[in-house]
Amino acid sequence: MPTQEASAERGPWALALRRFLRNRLAVAFLGVFVLIVLFVLAAPLWAEHVAETGPNQTHTVEQITVDGEKRDVVSVEGKPIGPQWFGAGGKFFLGADSRLGRDEMVRLMYGGRVSLLVGISAALLSVALAVILGLLSGYLGGRTDAVIARTLDAIWSLPVFLIGLAVGIALAVGGLELGPLKLSGGSLLIPILIISIFTVPYTARPIRGQVLALSRKEFVEAAVAQGAGPLRVMFGEILPNLASTIIVFFTLMIANSMIFEAGLSFLGAGVQSPNSSWGTMISVGEELLNIQPLLAILPGAMIMLTVLSLNIIGDALRDALDPRGKARMDAALQLEAQAGATGDGAAVLP
Amino acid sequence: MTRFVVRRLFGMAVVLFAVSVIVFVVFMVLPQQNPAQSLAGKNATPLLVENIEEEWGFDRSLPAQYATMMKKVFTGGLVQYEPRIAVDDEIVKRMPATFSLTIGAAVIWLFFGLLLGYLSAIRAGGWLDRILTGVSIAGISIPVFLLAPVMIFIFANQLEMFPNGQYVPFGEDPFEWANHLILPWVTLAILAIGFYSRVLRSNMLDVMNEDYVRTARAKGLSERRVMTRHVLRNSLIPVITLFGLDFGATIAGTAIITEAIYDINGVGLYAAEAVEKFELPPIMGVTLYGAFFVVLMNALVDIFYAYLDPRVRLGESATE
Repeated sequence: MPTQEASAERGPWALALRRFLRNRLAVAFLGVFVLIVLFVLAAPLWAEHVAETGPNQTHTVEQITVDGEKRDVVSVEGKPIGPQWFGAGGKFFLGADSRLGRDEMVRLMYGGRVSLLVGISAALLSVALAVILGLLSGYLGGRTDAVIARTLDAIWSLPVFLIGLAVGIALAVGGLELGPLKLSGGSLLIPILIISIFTVPYTARPIRGQVLALSRKEFVEAAVAQGAGPLRVMFGEILPNLASTIIVFFTLMIANSMIFEAGLSFLGAGVQSPNSSWGTMISVGEELLNIQPLLAILPGAMIMLTVLSLNIIGDALRDALDPRGKARMDAALQLEAQAGATGDGAAVLP
Repeated sequence: MTRFVVRRLFGMAVVLFAVSVIVFVVFMVLPQQNPAQSLAGKNATPLLVENIEEEWGFDRSLPAQYATMMKKVFTGGLVQYEPRIAVDDEIVKRMPATFSLTIGAAVIWLFFGLLLGYLSAIRAGGWLDRILTGVSIAGISIPVFLLAPVMIFIFANQLEMFPNGQYVPFGEDPFEWANHLILPWVTLAILAIGFYSRVLRSNMLDVMNEDYVRTARAKGLSERRVMTRHVLRNSLIPVITLFGLDFGATIAGTAIITEAIYDINGVGLYAAEAVEKFELPPIMGVTLYGAFFVVLMNALVDIFYAYLDPRVRLGESATE
């Protein structure tokens, strides 16, 4: 525990950072997460300079030279070539993806971009919505609170994955037209919107509880006495106090959204072609499970590694930002317990 | 109690209505494309589209369209158009596979989850405790779409111990039924065992501090009897509730993906195939029936919980 003098000298953020850095496991997994991000960011470099192909470029009837010997990218029976590592100068490093003969490594890098992009955007949107709803509901109370809280409860009790699947496929087939917002069926915004809306209650409910507690504090009373309006109290006084909760939930929600996206995309109701994510790659690879098992397992393992890192980082952030918190259970487990106990399910998420 | 039941059932009705409205809006109102075209499928003839338009009354007002949809759903009028098959019949036909998968998996995860949770609670802080912490974190971090392919690869393709999925009806051959389902059962169960053991463990540790446990020890009961009769029994109530909810959630989530990977001919695979072919009527049917089933189960679980633990229903009426 930091001593009193130390806490007086350093700000709370510096102390939290120190506590976080003391958690070796979390720091290691932060490293893993950074590596994953660098891996997907390097996609165009690898594609252009090493693999010399794009993620959607097919090589159905081509041959590559491996150690002076010519090999089919896709065999006559339709079997894609296995991992070549650097045998062909980095081409087909992990082999080809299917009878279409696309470069698996390039697809893994580009697919990761889509997975992370959808996961981060959905988490950002979801947490932003949750903060606004939680503030309105918790601070204004009365009817506003009743309407928002009941709506959140209703979403919470839905089987979100099943309904997300239905919404995903209906919009993928027909596109979306909502006032000025027009999206074609293949737009990445469709899975992002679906995931963010259905996951709002995860964050909104705890935030509302916290806002309720903060509203009764003296500093809020003081602000009101000085003549601050509700908007200024909510966003100027209460919001800064929610920062640590927001950071923790944002991290966990990225993991949650990525799992949601992968489940939808695996079934074909998430990311639509020409885009592909790790989830869609699993469904392509799964058909060749008995001849090239890596094609299904690699993208799945990438998802797991990313999600695991984020869960561990989120957990450590919670410990670091709220060292006296009573919750000793892992943050992610707790998220699931809250969900399970009231009927929805983080447990539903595959 | 009656008051609690009525309130809960009313809440359930509201959620069910909300589900049906979401489905209606998403399938009929939001899409840019003519919904009749979407319902008909990719290769529909203009004549079929016209027929569907008339059948579903897309020229009428939205409430009338909603009424038509609900009438179709509840009277078995929901059909997929190419080939023309009643969605209800197909779902009923595939239900045994889905329930075989989910009930079997639930039995396994409950048994091992409770056993391991009990063992780690009576030796809190021991090595089993630490292993279970790891297992439960892994359980929530390994997605089913990774675990299932890995299991198939190891146990079906490499070791050839089990078939790589598919479904054999129980009536046809009970042994083959179980043999084909072992891998999918274990896959679903592994994801939940760690979590359940942790929940039971923390409940038991809470209950151990209760006064009646001290009383039981004071009157000279054996440690084993105190643990099983007093601590375990009282720790099970929340676990049972959680189980009811997770079971519904599994049917409406993880089981769909599990069926798709293991090629188990259940309702989830039906939905997955429909998604692949962009066939909307089966998805509409599976979603509505599935959501109704889950919401109904959640309500029943809540009522059961209130029945077991009077504090829940009393708290409910006390806050009013």
